[in-house]
Amino acid sequence: MTPALLIFILLGIIAVASALAMLLSRNTVYSALFLILNFLAVAVIYILMGASFVALSQIAVYAGAIMVLVLFVIMLLGTQHLDPRETLKWQRPLAIVLTLALIIQGAYALITRYGFQYATLAASPEFVDPKNLGMVLFQKHSLPFEVTSVILLVAAIGAVVLTHKQKKDGGA
Amino acid sequence: MFPVIYPIILAVILFSLGVAGVLLRKNAIVILMSLELMFNAANLVFITFANYHQNLDGQVFIIFIMVTAAAEVAVGLALIVNIFRAKKTISIDEMHSLKG
Repeated sequence: MTPALLIFILLGIIAVASALAMLLSRNTVYSALFLILNFLAVAVIYILMGASFVALSQIAVYAGAIMVLVLFVIMLLGTQHLDPRETLKWQRPLAIVLTLALIIQGAYALITRYGFQYATLAASPEFVDPKNLGMVLFQKHSLPFEVTSVILLVAAIGAVVLTHKQKKDGGA
Repeated sequence: MFPVIYPIILAVILFSLGVAGVLLRKNAIVILMSLELMFNAANLVFITFANYHQNLDGQVFIIFIMVTAAAEVAVGLALIVNIFRAKKTISIDEMHSLKG
């Protein structure tokens, strides 16, 4: 067992456990914090696989910006505890069964279909270098990069318009 | 290093847990976070196959996915704030009318 495999197994256990804890914790603030832990574990897996720039932007964008926005809205609305009143008795067992079926189905399809399962990962120097990533991003994919700026602008304007309070009722 | 199949199986498990969160929870914010978990699992698959093929296009795609996820979260949280103002709850069981 190589050190990389050992680190990967540890990080995988942390990721799965924090995802489960996010699902099961009653308090929404704890859910958000467990999701941040999950993002950090996955970011370290990215570093292990040689994608260092993506790992750092994952920490900055996901664990930093997006989850802080989610935590802000949770605390703004004061909805940490939602009443756990069940309306459909069969929903919970059905959801668990469907999830297990999805895991088994996905793992079976991936393990049996393709011939990549014995290949091992390796990080070559030109794959790890963020300079090459920037070259590919701004030369080969420059048009999609510009389109993403339009997406961000539309999202920012949309969020402001949606949360903007009307001066008088009855309008819009 | 380790075989390609290990991170793929981890991504399958994380994606399925995200699906379970969408199916199980009633809180709209937790459902939004479960969507983030599914985005994250898809990103893990992109990174794994980018490494497998030694091709940087997968990493570029993840940057685009992150931008889209950020935009989706901003708009989704604005919608949740609006729904909370109208209905005083964010339980998805209460969201059954189009005009609030």
